[in-house]
Parts: sequence; structure tokens; C-alpha cells
Amino acid sequence: MTPNGWLQIAIFFAIITAFTIPLGGLIARVMEGRKTFLSPFLGPLERLIYRICGVHQTGEQHWTRYAASLLAFSLVSGILLYAMQRLQGLLPFNPLGLNAGHVSPDLAFNNAASFVTNTNWQSYTPEQTLSYFVQMAGLTVHNFLSAAAGLGVAMALVRGFARQSVKTVGNFWVDLTRGTLYILLPLSILGALVLCSQGVIQNLNPYTAVKTLEGAAQTIAQGPVASQEAIKMLGTNGGGFFNANSAHPFENPTPFTNLLEMVMIFLIPAALTNTFGRMVRDTRQGWALFAAMTVLWFAGVFACLHFEQKGTPVLAANGIAMEASDTQPGGNMEGKETRFGIVNSALFATVTTDASCGAVNAFHDSFTPLGGLVPLFNIELGEVVFGGVGAGLYGMLMFAILAVFIAGLMVGRTPEYLGKKIEKKEVKMAMLALLVLASSILLFAGVTAVIPFAKGSYWNPAGAAAANLGNPGAHGFSEILYAFTSAAGNNGSAFGGLNANSPWFNVSLGIVMLIGRFLMIIPLLAAAGSLAEKRQVPVSAGTFPTHGPLFVTLLVGVVVIVGALTFFPALSLGPIVEHLLQ
Amino acid sequence: MWKELKPALLITLVFTVLTGLIYPLAVTGFAQALFPRQANGSLVQSAGRTIGSELIAQNFTRPEYFHPRPSAAGSNGFDATSSGASNLGPLNPALASRLKKDAAAWRAENPNYKGDIPADAITTSGSGLDPEISLANAQAQSYRVGTHRTGGRDKVLALLQRAAKDRTFGVLGEPRVNVLELNLLLDKEAPAVR
Repeated sequence: MTPNGWLQIAIFFAIITAFTIPLGGLIARVMEGRKTFLSPFLGPLERLIYRICGVHQTGEQHWTRYAASLLAFSLVSGILLYAMQRLQGLLPFNPLGLNAGHVSPDLAFNNAASFVTNTNWQSYTPEQTLSYFVQMAGLTVHNFLSAAAGLGVAMALVRGFARQSVKTVGNFWVDLTRGTLYILLPLSILGALVLCSQGVIQNLNPYTAVKTLEGAAQTIAQGPVASQEAIKMLGTNGGGFFNANSAHPFENPTPFTNLLEMVMIFLIPAALTNTFGRMVRDTRQGWALFAAMTVLWFAGVFACLHFEQKGTPVLAANGIAMEASDTQPGGNMEGKETRFGIVNSALFATVTTDASCGAVNAFHDSFTPLGGLVPLFNIELGEVVFGGVGAGLYGMLMFAILAVFIAGLMVGRTPEYLGKKIEKKEVKMAMLALLVLASSILLFAGVTAVIPFAKGSYWNPAGAAAANLGNPGAHGFSEILYAFTSAAGNNGSAFGGLNANSPWFNVSLGIVMLIGRFLMIIPLLAAAGSLAEKRQVPVSAGTFPTHGPLFVTLLVGVVVIVGALTFFPALSLGPIVEHLLQ
Repeated sequence: MWKELKPALLITLVFTVLTGLIYPLAVTGFAQALFPRQANGSLVQSAGRTIGSELIAQNFTRPEYFHPRPSAAGSNGFDATSSGASNLGPLNPALASRLKKDAAAWRAENPNYKGDIPADAITTSGSGLDPEISLANAQAQSYRVGTHRTGGRDKVLALLQRAAKDRTFGVLGEPRVNVLELNLLLDKEAPAVR
């Protein structure tokens, strides 16, 4: 680990911190429906959308209505996305002539579930599978809307704490529209153009055939990449235009675009801690979450960077340099790009799995055992380290509820958070959300590892799941564990050696994505509804302060201990035993 | 639930038009007007024909050229319609045997270089299309390239220094050199010895 490496990490963190207050303030104003500098341009458009869709801007919803709207929206938009993929042969912007034969029904289901749930897991090579029309009017749209929906849920939960004695938590359609129009769209336009200036492509051309300098034929993929790339990061989506995702030079051509893309992942989630603080009228509460997230982020970066820089015995045995120098990065460069080296690959891997982004600029499957454990464990912690747009905040608030509950148990008092008594219903809902995540990962990964599919069977033509693996032994098990972890956490990154494009994997992973998204959101909306109905209790001498270092420590402890206790057995069968064997 | 389906359908359609068509097409329009070279793939022309993209690795095997990193894109590597990595884990025997074979081949290609193999030289990249190599990798290859170029290794090293890219703003990323750019520069300023 070099001084330059530390400096790059510090610059990234400084930028995130600097934007937290101004962007957090903007998001709070937008989501509360107050005027911003964007209102003169976007206000008329916003009202037009409400008129077309028959939405009443001031019509507040009970949490059950809010949840029903979100489910209806996800169902309808998911079906449309499925249909669009299957019908791509009849649709425009399709220079390669791709059709339904390229997208089987189970793959189209998986992909629709993936993009509706903000997961963006891809079990196919996009540049050979989906037309420009599907990439734009299908995937790009869901990049916006699934992020805005997550933002809406977070706002509903925060309103639950901020309001008292009311039955409503906001309006889903209004939250969805405002989040997309005022936050995601302007930042995406800006981001897309900056990315393009650096070399990210943006065109509708057919693929370019060239003859290389040595005379070989090469075909270069093209497409409208920059517009999707920007929202892919800002919406913590992570689905690549190309199979290589943000490692592809057309998605992420320079160290500058790499910094920009990492910043765009954390930008909104970090700002939301401040938005939260403003909405509950105590910004210190937001900074406490920010501090807990920072601790967990830094621990991940440190561990991942350490192990990747150390390299692996097989590399060293072949005479490859492991020490970084001024002219080469050293370490484990398998699956990593020269321009990013070790530092930016490890940092990106940590950031993308802290958040529920899942974009990758290096291939986690080829990481060292413990370097690869970091992204896996990050997702298993619930992606609450800044996290996905909205999802990170509501996930961390779920842990905050558990933290004050545990603190309450220790001192024998009814726990309070932000002036609201945390009672049976809130704790039950938080536990439910937590158990859904853990059980869907472990059950599905376990079952998949042992089902004896016959060779040539419909569900998995290759035979038992071991035949789909890219690597033998413990690492192969890690591939399966990572896949279901990524799906349940709605992350979307992968240990990419696993061939997950079979009916079993497509369907089961699709179901796990839906479980991981909606069975987490519904309990949390229920908690929001219950909290909104409660009265604020005044701060007393017995109130546990939730803005100080003690609370931050407790919160970090709860996140890590819950994650470690739940997943340690599974992790010891995968990355840990692999580390011991090498 | 049923009365939620109408706004669900309408809002999906509205945003499909706004964020799925107007947004990407407007960005395409701006990008084509402001940054046409980048937006179309940073294509490189030489002797009147397009020979590739500055950002996409192409294979070089002749001794008078610098060679890119090995590629796992497509079945034969360097397939710019099938980007991707090897995804081989650190304990995979397939990785061990590939590294052993490639290390021997790399040593045979660069017999006059005696140091450690630079970390990027025989590892495959994430995209399979990594257009760059580390400076240490280029310096190691310069012995071989120098013997096939007029002006010898000194000239090659001077050109390498000219093409080399430092960290962005002196801080970001890694020092490196673009293989296609460097090889074009060699052909122009230090023609191959026949």
C-alpha cells in the first residue's frame, strides 16, 4: 500500500463528504415539494406528468396504499420489460438484428426481475443479446425508476420518524416522479456528457469492422453507452452495457472516469444521510449514520486493498512482481485493468458492494480469497454502507432500530429512536426484513449446490450445479454463494465464472431478487406507517442519545455481528477455506 | 391494487418516453455535436483506413511491435464484441498451467530482460480489451522491440517516454502506455528493420 494509494482513497472520500451537505439539502427540498432552482424548468413537466397519470400531487397515502402503488408499478413495468425483450426483433434501433431467439423466456424473466429490483444482475453478454432499443427504452428506464422507487421508500420511512399522529407516509407516484425528474435526470445528463468527453461512446451505429495494424479482422461493438453508464452509477444499478461492465474501456476509459463513476455510486446515498437529518430536524442524526458507514467502508477498502496488493502464491511462483513500483502496480492483476491497477480496483470493488450498485471495474472471481471475501461480505451486511439509492438509508435505519432495541434491552428501558418509541411492531418488521435477506441467500445457495440435476435436463442442461462453475473446489461454492447473495442483496455483481444462464439459475435468482427487494420493502413500509401514527416523546435524562460515538459504535457492532453470525458458516466453506488452502 | 394499475401503466409509458427515448437520444445528439470522435469509439485512421480504436486492445504478435496483455475476450481473445475476463480463481489449476505456459513464452520472447515479470504482463485484464500496458512491461519488451527497429533500443525508449501517460493530475490511476499509439509512433519514427 503506497502513499499514492492512500491519497487516491482520501480524494475519493473528500469528494463524497463535500457533496453530502449541498446535495442532501437539495434532495430534502425536492422530496418535500419545496421550490428549488430547478423548479422553473421542471415544475411544468412534473405537473404535466401528474395530469397524464391522474395523480393528485397532494394526495397522501397510507403505508398500505404506498406499498400497493409500488407493487403495481413494479409488476406493470416488469411485464412491459419482459415483453420488450421478447419482441426486440420487431422494434427499432436494432442494427444487429437481435430477436427473441437471443433472449429465452427464463432469461427475459430473470432480466426483468433484475432491472425492476435495482439488481441488474446479467447472466448474458449484453452486446450480443439486447438491441439498442431494449438497452435504452427498457434497461435505462428501469435504472432511473428502480432507483427513484428505492428513494421513495426511504423517504416514506424517514417521514414515519419525522411526522407524528398521522396515518400517511407520502405519495409513491409523487416520490417516483420527483426523484427521477429533479435528482436523477439532471445529474445523469451532466454525468453522461462528461463521461462522453473522456471517451465513453454514445451512438446508434452498427458495430465497426476494422483491419488491425497487423492485418487481422476485428469488430468493435458500439451503442448508446454514456447515457446508460451515468444512470447506472447514479442509480446504484450496475448493469453494464457490455459484459465487461465498467472494466470495458468504452464504459470507463480513464482514471478520471473511474473516479467519477465511483463518486456517482456514493453521491446520492451519502447525501441521503444529510437529507434524513434535515427531515428529522437534527442533522447530527444523519452524521451519526454517515460516521458508521464510513467506518465500515474504510475497513472494507483496507482489507481488500491489502490482500489484492499482496498477490497470490501462484503469481509469485511464476516470477511475477508482487511489489508495487513507480512503473507497475504489482499484486494480483488477473482480471484487473492497467489504468486502474490494484488501488482503484480494490476501491471500486468495495464501493460497488457497499452500495447495491454491482458495477465492476475488475473481476471479483479472480480476486484473492480474502480480497474477494470483502465484496461478498459487504453485500451480506445488507448493503448499508452508504448503500443503494434509498435502499442504503432504509437498510441502515433498520439496523438503527435493532441497535436501540438492543441498547434498550441492556438497560431495561423502552427503546426510543428520534423521539419515537420502538415497540414490538417495529422490531418485528426489522427482524423480518433481516431474516428474509439471510434465509433467501442461504437456503437457495444451499439447495442449488445439492440438487442432482440430470445432464440434459430442462432446468439445468449442464447437469448438477457443479457443471456450471468456472472454478473447482471451495471457490466454486463461493461462486454459487456470491450469486444468491448478489441477487438477494439486489447488488448485481458476480463471481462471473458461474454460468447462470440456465432455466434453474435464471428463475431461482429472479425469484430471490424479488424476495430480496419486496419482502424487505414491505415490512419497512409497515414500520413507517406504524411510526408515523405515534406521538413524539420528549427527550429525557433516560433517553439514549443516537448522535454520539457510543451509538455509532453500537450500530457498527450490530451490523457486523449480525452479518458475521449469520454468514460465517457459509463463508468458511468458501473464501476462508480457500485462503487456508493456498 | 387494481386501481393502482392505471397510474402504474401510464407512468411507466411516460418515463419510457422521457428517460428511455428523449434522454438517450438527446445525449446522443449533444455527444455527436460536442465530442464526435469520442462518441463514435475513438477510432484511429492510418494510411487512409480505420485500423481500430485507441481504447480497444488489438492483438500484436510480431517481434517489432509492443504486445498487449493476454486477452480472455471471446474464444481467441481480443474479440471486441465479447468483452470479458478469465474469471479464474487463484487456486484454479487452469490458471496455474496458463501462467506457467505464458511465463515461459514471455521469457522466451524477451530473453534480454532478467527482472521479475511485470504484474500486468501475463495476467489477463478485466475487459479482455485493455488497450494499455504498464511502463515496466513496456520497458521489459523494449529490448526485443529495439533489436527490430532502426535506432535500436535507445530510440524505442525515447518514443516510449513520449507516449507514456503519467497518473491523471499526477495522482489518479496508474502510469501506463497505450500499445496501439506506441506502435503507430514506432512505425512512423523508427521503422522496422527488414
